[in-house]
Amino acid sequence: MWNYTDKVRDHYLNPRNVGEIQHPDGFGEIGNLTCGDALRLTFKLDENGRVSDIRFKTFGCGSAIASASVLTEMCKGKTLDDIKKISNKDIAEALGGLPKEKMHCSVMGQEALEAAIKFYETGGEIPVKDQVEGKIICTCFGVTDKTIEKAIRENGLNTIEEVTNFTKAGGACGGCHGEIQKILDKIHGNKSGGKIKSSPRLTTLQKIDRIREVITTDINPILTQDGGSCELVDVDGNDVFIKFKGHCMGCAFSGLTLKSVVEKKLHEAVSDQLFVKLSEQE
Amino acid sequence: MKNRELIYLDNNATTRIAPEVLEEMLPFFKDLYGNPSSIYRFGGKVHRYIEEAREKVASLIGASADEIIFTSCGSESDNLALKGFCNYFGERSQIITSEVEHPAVRNTARYLKDKGHALVECKVDNVGMLETDIFEECQIDEFTIASFMWANNETGVIFPIDELAAKVKARGGFFHTDAVQAVGKIDIDVKKIPVDMLSLSGHKLHAPKGVGAIYIRKGVKVDPVIHGGHQENGIRAGTENVPLIVGLGKACELASRHLKEENVRVRALRDRLENSLLTSCKGAKLNGNKAHRLPNTTNISFEAIEGESILLHLDENGIAASSGSACTTGSLEPSHVLTAMGVPYTFAHSSTRFSLSRYTTDKEIDSVIAAMPQIVEKLRKLSPFIENAD
Repeated sequence: MWNYTDKVRDHYLNPRNVGEIQHPDGFGEIGNLTCGDALRLTFKLDENGRVSDIRFKTFGCGSAIASASVLTEMCKGKTLDDIKKISNKDIAEALGGLPKEKMHCSVMGQEALEAAIKFYETGGEIPVKDQVEGKIICTCFGVTDKTIEKAIRENGLNTIEEVTNFTKAGGACGGCHGEIQKILDKIHGNKSGGKIKSSPRLTTLQKIDRIREVITTDINPILTQDGGSCELVDVDGNDVFIKFKGHCMGCAFSGLTLKSVVEKKLHEAVSDQLFVKLSEQE
Repeated sequence: MKNRELIYLDNNATTRIAPEVLEEMLPFFKDLYGNPSSIYRFGGKVHRYIEEAREKVASLIGASADEIIFTSCGSESDNLALKGFCNYFGERSQIITSEVEHPAVRNTARYLKDKGHALVECKVDNVGMLETDIFEECQIDEFTIASFMWANNETGVIFPIDELAAKVKARGGFFHTDAVQAVGKIDIDVKKIPVDMLSLSGHKLHAPKGVGAIYIRKGVKVDPVIHGGHQENGIRAGTENVPLIVGLGKACELASRHLKEENVRVRALRDRLENSLLTSCKGAKLNGNKAHRLPNTTNISFEAIEGESILLHLDENGIAASSGSACTTGSLEPSHVLTAMGVPYTFAHSSTRFSLSRYTTDKEIDSVIAAMPQIVEKLRKLSPFIENAD
């Protein structure tokens, strides 16, 4: 189903520099089996500080093999300062482009290179496998905020889907979509209005959390302008029971507010399947 | 590709149109274009061909012709079974199904769950078989529809539909089976096995894409999903897709004629391929229950190498197969079927499915047997999870 370029095809069929250097100067390892792909990169520097040999091993698809293979070609003969400048975009461009769903393969190549350089600069410390920098945002694939931020900045990403294509974050359970959106908002100065993109499949707990969040950040600021507010009482399937407080209580327009403000906001931000009702509980 | 004929071993995805089927359809693309609902003889003539096709489909599965409804595909048949049932019986209706169903059942059932219907998804064991007492904890009544696939598209594993259907019927429930992968490959007789509904698809048995059918046992009630005219007994509106329906009829006739061959010759080819790969390729492991399987399917994982790379290298050898690896679909998670079976990720990502057809030859199998060990060896050299491979 993928339309790989001839360059990608050439590299996955004839991968360059396969293997592993014993006693390397640089050693970087990214990913693991549960992520579905992994890359080990090793390099050796000559007396002039240039990459004299570089090798890779990867568990991955055609574009993962091609990304790693072309990366080794890009590094050979270059100084450390040169290879530090290589971005995931450069890797993808060297391959004549990658399908958008496969961009994370180029990110993996760049990250392994970065790790290998760091290994060299810290004097060859054996890297601790579980050590991560930054906060894990996507627990399914173990992607940190640092990785996500970098991918957004370097590739000008705007949506959660793009972030998933480049980093895999958010590609499985979807529980971190809210967090990813926050990072996008932070970087883009909240241009998208802080709306959490609706996600069709939420667990009950996720749904409740999301509804609470939207009530606090989106709905109550509107209601307080008229001296009111609302709070969540219960969630039963797609039925959401709320209670009005302050001026909203007994207001002649509260029925309208229920549909045109509360339900509308929840439809936009959580799920358009929700049906908002007034709680009869006291 | 080096200018050779494609070795097509992805017949669970789709099949080539049988030449006899194409022949049979052609007049309906040319001269016989009448609307079967029209009153004049030109329409009536076309109508007779549809009824003939209905007879042929019915006879392949032991049904009577008036129990066959033509649809546009297997997915539509599955949707009609589940949504049609739930809409007819209203909000009390509930669904029991398995974790390893095709998305056409799985996602339809989950959609209905979102709409308020209760849903139970039964688990499978590590060879893809259901536990024996799955229904013990379930509440089954006359508002229950159980939907279990006859044969799994990825592993070929066959569920004991006779037992499952009997248990559900004994407690007053209804039983649907997605038999898209089974019809035409193994013997199916709805006179002997008490299913209420059965979905089948044309393009899995050498008819074209765009046509399917559903068997609905006499007396079983469903609401239509497509409303409109009176076609198909009012259960599926829309002017009949005459050429493709005629093609499906012919394909079913051919299937019943070739059923025995499929079971013997194709099974022997599959077994030869499977046994050879399991011994000649390092780290190879079979997925699915070996004894209860379709004769045409084998699903093998190759430790520590990735499925898409295998497929790409097979493609270079002119061989078309498929994989449960996440990388081949654009999704990031590997096959839900293998995951449900508890196949470890490293094996799930490397799973490769070969599915044969009655057109598969000895020579083609020889080519795969020759190509595969080299591909596995090459990719193992690339794998960071195998030490000292080089």
